[in-house]
Amino acid sequence: MAWEPHIFKELHQIPREEHVFPGTPLCAGCGGLESLRLASKVLGSRVVYINAAGCFTNLASFPFTPLDASWLYTTMGSAPAGAQGVRDALDVLIAKRRLPKDEDVKVVVLGGDGSTYDMALSSTSGAVTRKLDFYYFCYDNEAYGNTGVQLSPATPYGARTTTSPCSVQHPAGAIQEKKDIFEIWRAHKPPYMATVSPRYPLDLEEKFARAADHPGPKLFLAFAACPTGWLFDPAYTPDVARLAVECGIWPLKEAINGDVTHTYIPRRRPVEEYLKLQGRFRHLFEPARQEEAIRHIQARVDAYWQQVNA
Amino acid sequence: MPAEMMTGNLAAAWGARLADVDYVPAFPITPQTEIVEALSKWCDSGELSARFVTLDSEHSMMTAAGAASATGARVFTATSSQGLLHAFEVLYTVAGWRVPFVLVNVSRALASPITLEPDHNDVLAARDSGFLQIHTETCQEVLDSVLMAYRIAEDPRVCLPVMVNLDGFYLSFTREPVVVPEPDAVRAFLPPYRPPHLGFRASAPHALGTAVFGGSVYSYFRHQMQLASMNGLHVHEEAAVEFERLCGRRYGLVEGYRLDDAEDVLVMTNAFASKGKAAVDTARAEGRRVGLLRLRVIRPWPAEAIRRALQGRRAVAVLDQNLAPGQGGILFQEIAACLYHEARRPRALCSFIGGLGGKNISEGEFRAIFEQTADAGVRGAGLGPVLLYTEGEQREMEQLQYLAHDLKTDG
Repeated sequence: MAWEPHIFKELHQIPREEHVFPGTPLCAGCGGLESLRLASKVLGSRVVYINAAGCFTNLASFPFTPLDASWLYTTMGSAPAGAQGVRDALDVLIAKRRLPKDEDVKVVVLGGDGSTYDMALSSTSGAVTRKLDFYYFCYDNEAYGNTGVQLSPATPYGARTTTSPCSVQHPAGAIQEKKDIFEIWRAHKPPYMATVSPRYPLDLEEKFARAADHPGPKLFLAFAACPTGWLFDPAYTPDVARLAVECGIWPLKEAINGDVTHTYIPRRRPVEEYLKLQGRFRHLFEPARQEEAIRHIQARVDAYWQQVNA
Repeated sequence: MPAEMMTGNLAAAWGARLADVDYVPAFPITPQTEIVEALSKWCDSGELSARFVTLDSEHSMMTAAGAASATGARVFTATSSQGLLHAFEVLYTVAGWRVPFVLVNVSRALASPITLEPDHNDVLAARDSGFLQIHTETCQEVLDSVLMAYRIAEDPRVCLPVMVNLDGFYLSFTREPVVVPEPDAVRAFLPPYRPPHLGFRASAPHALGTAVFGGSVYSYFRHQMQLASMNGLHVHEEAAVEFERLCGRRYGLVEGYRLDDAEDVLVMTNAFASKGKAAVDTARAEGRRVGLLRLRVIRPWPAEAIRRALQGRRAVAVLDQNLAPGQGGILFQEIAACLYHEARRPRALCSFIGGLGGKNISEGEFRAIFEQTADAGVRGAGLGPVLLYTEGEQREMEQLQYLAHDLKTDG
């Protein structure tokens, strides 16, 4: 049976209130920021964002912040531990009646893929194992973006970054496969986790709303189309975000207590349509088509969906 | 109140308990573990009304400690050696948040080679982190210093985390008589932690630890830390007076031992200072006019107190229980720097490196230190760094090298 939203069925149901205001120092067309903006419409302003080093660290640069919520920058490797300290302290202060209950805030980790997939794995695993009541929001732009687009464990096969160049030895660019962080998280059996894309706003809002019913770790992996790093015109951010899903490259799914449901089944256009939009994959098509590399990417996607439909 | 026998570790835990902390993020590491075991037990039994959480690393532990303190909880944590270094970037980060929690470091020498016994390369590596540092000699001083540390850290003129250091094994596992202060006296000494400027409240969002662009903004915040840390000298003295009034024991920024008529002075820190004091007694009995200066507060650096204690001496020997390879003793450098403009500065400064990895400093070595320091004072020429190592230790090492190498190749 197809997954159906219960709360967000029509676009007009998405709250009009903004919690991420314009004028941030992030790049034009940042897909991660679009996801955060939509997420915050459900999360609201009674939030403290615990930030890990990455692009979003620029959001709060003294004396400005585009958020109407609180903010704590930690380190690249320990934002979930910062969330642990804040959540525990809030609980203790409320229990000891030093903080009124109506002053409580949600604790939301904000990390990029560099932090999420590698350096913060230990602190994330720890926080999820301890069943910490928090949200983890990863904006995944598939590279160390803030440092100028280097290979990260989230970089997919065939993408060119400044440290996985298209070369004689490696004509396809990155030769690794993207690390499956969703499955690493899922092995911890958090009560709620999901992937989202800002081009599917009802799906995104529905997931944040459903997550609120699950005390404990709530993990979100947000597709973050990155004009600066992926080399496309910022005007195409929506197209890239849509095609990632429609080509089956970015599956929209959720897992409740580890049980996975795909929330949208794409008709699966050829991956080429997605790849061709982005300069990071241009070497697969020019000056000569790298048929084997393109076939490899398509085969990986096909294999994924075969396993989903099995 | 009668004294109880307890280890340095348990004394540290008692300090946290009496401070009525709210939160204890923890991670085990030898020789600190007994501290968090005691606190875990008390949190479980309700004797301490705090939440105890075991984190996944010291890096996470220190982040959680700073974050909880920034939220408005009184926080205690402890670590040692490799753990302190694993948390290193977080030390600087949370000091920059200006959060006043207390960290106990149980000194243990650093790898490599990996070992368990103490020296001070761990704690002194953190000397530039922004944490204030109090180095202790006895189990009683450990407990009392944890209480003083909270009062100093939480003072609005300071607002910085404080590290209390004790030596692994020599103090952590040594039982000494300790008077546990009365809870009423502690309450009078240490008011409840209610920081007006910290906390994450729904009604008053604020941002902490934000990025800055440009050196002038960055420098402003760093200068603030310097000024706040220096305020710690005066705030420590106020706290010391009040602590003496309520608990009857007085602690200085530095402690002088038989300094009054001393020609030559030996400078030491932490538990090995007890060995140094015994050596001073022996040397005095042999007719040498020597004394000992123990550095207690190392950050902020009590330059004035050190100058007062060392001016007019013939010679000063600094016994560093640490080694900056390629340089020598860390504290020797700082002592030398703060005596430079002293008109009546000692005629000679001598640098000795000893006690690395918990290596004993024998009576013979202390005698040699006093003799060489006196000689340097007479000649008016400095000495060192001298790496202390006895003939007996050298013979023992050669035996081990024989076992490790020669035996194998011969056989």
